[in-house]
Amino acid sequence: MPPPDAGTAPAGFTITVDGEPVPVRAGQTVAGALLAAGRRTTRFTRFGERPRGVFCGIGVCFDCLVTHNGVPGVRACLEPAAPGDTVRTQHGAGEVRT
Amino acid sequence: MTGRAAGRLVVVGAGPAGLAAAVAAADAGATVTVVDLGQRPGGQYLRQPLVAGVPPARHSRRAETLLGRALAHRRITFLARHQVWWAGTDATPADGAAPPAPGAGPAGGAPAPGAGPHGGTSAPGGVTLRLLGPAGPVTLTAPAVVLAPGGYDRVVPFPGWDLPGVVTAGAAQALAKGQGVLVGRRVLVAGTGPFLLTVAAGLARAGARVAAVVEAAPLRRWARQPRAVVGAPGKLVEAARYLATLRRYGVPVRRGRAVTEVTPDGDGLRATIRRVDAGWRPAGGGTRTARVDAVCVGHGFTPSIELAVALGCATRVDPADGSPVVAVDGLGRSSVPGVLVAGEATGVGGAELAISTGELAGLAAAHRLGLLDDAALARTAAPALRRAAGQRRFAAALHRAYPVPDGWTGWLRPETVLCRCEEVTAGELRGAVRRYGVDDVRALKLVTRIGMGPCQGRVCGRAATCLLAAASGRDQPPEAFANRQIVMPVPLGAVAEEGTPQ
Repeated sequence: MPPPDAGTAPAGFTITVDGEPVPVRAGQTVAGALLAAGRRTTRFTRFGERPRGVFCGIGVCFDCLVTHNGVPGVRACLEPAAPGDTVRTQHGAGEVRT
Repeated sequence: MTGRAAGRLVVVGAGPAGLAAAVAAADAGATVTVVDLGQRPGGQYLRQPLVAGVPPARHSRRAETLLGRALAHRRITFLARHQVWWAGTDATPADGAAPPAPGAGPAGGAPAPGAGPHGGTSAPGGVTLRLLGPAGPVTLTAPAVVLAPGGYDRVVPFPGWDLPGVVTAGAAQALAKGQGVLVGRRVLVAGTGPFLLTVAAGLARAGARVAAVVEAAPLRRWARQPRAVVGAPGKLVEAARYLATLRRYGVPVRRGRAVTEVTPDGDGLRATIRRVDAGWRPAGGGTRTARVDAVCVGHGFTPSIELAVALGCATRVDPADGSPVVAVDGLGRSSVPGVLVAGEATGVGGAELAISTGELAGLAAAHRLGLLDDAALARTAAPALRRAAGQRRFAAALHRAYPVPDGWTGWLRPETVLCRCEEVTAGELRGAVRRYGVDDVRALKLVTRIGMGPCQGRVCGRAATCLLAAASGRDQPPEAFANRQIVMPVPLGAVAEEGTPQ
């Protein structure tokens, strides 16, 4: 389990969240980058359209789900952010909404 | 490496217990694979920074030494970012529906490498774990496993606990320690237990303005625990250090109070802080509110027992805190031969106890693999056994000082979300009991969908069990939500695909 390679990893980059650039420090998770940018809501619930965000922070609660590079239901607290990532606030189970 | 090499041990969890088990077994000659969901070994307590420039947190010397030894050990390999989602023994039917029959032999016909003179020859031949990692599914099989999955923050529900910005104390700490990210500039830390002081001190040092630590327990409970406190001077020093840090940053510790509600307030949150009695019922007077960016909540911890349950291990209720835990002997041996369990899953007791129980389970695993004989096991286990006894006494005293009484049920409104995944309210639970006579967890899940979402009841299970018992007047087994065939939700493709044997 090698530590993040400080020699080759970029010190910082941006990802795109709902069309807007969000800065990332290399090594941060998607949730870390979102919170550092002051974005607390990662999704809206299926039934009540209630906002949710990071709760447990360790992959247990499945509340911080986002659509990550087109894949819905990704736990933002576990997913390392990578240069060029596209993240969308998830609505419900992440279906395409018209 | 063949799947079943003799002397092979798989350890689930790279926290203090798992690392200690891995080092103890590897020192005895075992070849150890440690699997963990995290990016770097350490678990929650020994969490290592993921971001350059984030200073590593201070830990006990024993824990730091352990981490260093585990990382350097030539017989230990780590499998990071791997989620175990299924576990079975050779005696487990393919669908995992029934626990292994006692005395069932190896299904494959081959002699079990682990079933040596010390292992019990009637044992199943091995344990198989199915995992999902960044490169796809993986299957691991070994004659023995040590389960050290730790636990997760316990949070009792209250109105507004599902709002963005309300996070577990553990989440706030993980983000600060691992990534240098604050959950908010101005935060409140609330709940019960000494972990709140650790988290609040860490957040203050990292630059957050901690409005207060809101601790439901009154201070005077400690006065009744002289023996345990005197027996653990190091813990007193640690608590004093955190309190000194909080004083330095001007963070008040308000005892006998609870955050009973959080509401949205512009960009931030408004928390209601009420005085509560020893049973956590509102005690009248002294209600105030605080406007903050985030509320970090913790009411102790829930042990992660689902892997052990899936393997058919017997469970019990820990009398110290009422948590469902895996039943083990003094060396971490569960009711299923070849399955050893260590750390919080055997009783919530903190990192130092986890290290002791991990070491013991690692030694017992080495014994089962035939690497230690009875005499060597007794000799090598003695020091950790002695340490564990004292650490357990201290943990029990902590649980007595920071109980979670049922008064929080009075903070709920009918519309308060109980099951966050399926958005089921407290009122719906009580309605199911009243209208349909629901009086057990199985019926509750079917009628209301409580605990049927992706967290599988990990977050709300204990609260739902408690509310169901109160509403139905029937005691509920505390582990009712921990019985899951798929122990973590995974994409359907992973279930269909054969994992790469490693």
